[in-house]
Amino acid sequence: MPLNQDFVGRRFVAEVPFQVGREHIRRFAQAIGDDNPLYHDVEAAKAAGYPDLVAPPTFLVNAIPGALGLPTDDPALGLDYTLVVHGEQRFSQRRPVFAGDELVTASTLTSIRSVGRNEVLVTTYQYETTAGEQVATGTCTLVSRGTAAPRE
Amino acid sequence: MTATIAYDDVEVGTELPERLFPLRRSDLVRYAGASGDFNPIHWSDRAAAESGLPGVIAHGMLTMATAARLVTDWAGDPGAIVEFGVKFSSPVVVPDDDEGALVSVRGVVEKKLDGNHVVVNLTTRCRGEKVLMASRATLRLP
Repeated sequence: MPLNQDFVGRRFVAEVPFQVGREHIRRFAQAIGDDNPLYHDVEAAKAAGYPDLVAPPTFLVNAIPGALGLPTDDPALGLDYTLVVHGEQRFSQRRPVFAGDELVTASTLTSIRSVGRNEVLVTTYQYETTAGEQVATGTCTLVSRGTAAPRE
Repeated sequence: MTATIAYDDVEVGTELPERLFPLRRSDLVRYAGASGDFNPIHWSDRAAAESGLPGVIAHGMLTMATAARLVTDWAGDPGAIVEFGVKFSSPVVVPDDDEGALVSVRGVVEKKLDGNHVVVNLTTRCRGEKVLMASRATLRLP
């Protein structure tokens, strides 16, 4: 079943900011098997010149959108997650994410196109603090396997 | 900043030696919990088979985090990463056994740019296959 093209161009802004917590950073770092002290030890992070624990670079693109309502979570889009594989991921950050950050994520579903029998969805993200400081941007490409409309 | 590598110490061609990172089924479950990505293809053999995959596969973002690890450990400061992009070219199949899958990551400095920026090109393999393509991290070094 092809995805709903009406979603292309839609922009979604989280209603509630994402509170980056120390325990979440620690748990995420543990899950990627990384014992870097800047992820775990507040004093080490401060000694390195940071205001609080530093989040691992990929925390932003995964842990934060995972906790928000995303365009790709809307049933009307028709995305079946068991058919989805991650195609591509990029991000750039003006500064690292720290514990204590309150981030607002805006995401835009920029395209859905057919590639053979698959559909490829591109979503862009902008992350800024509740004070309006731009922290990072990201681009996520998902592949929905076998859902493209058959060619006539 | 705690970066241990300085811009002036780095040349185009400087290598980041290969490291091996095991990914086991339990790591996938832990990552699902920490990231909030509970897609069953990352923990259920039945779900993976039903969606036509060769087996349970690692979250792409876990593979990306593993590749990032080579760079953040090399730089000494995870805050040095300003840009990172990858294409997921082949899935990392993680069997439900004690060994799991072994992911190898190595890198090479590809470019030196203005503003103390360097670009590292990463090669990430599992069972000899490239699991990430076009995998580049840009770092700002002291």
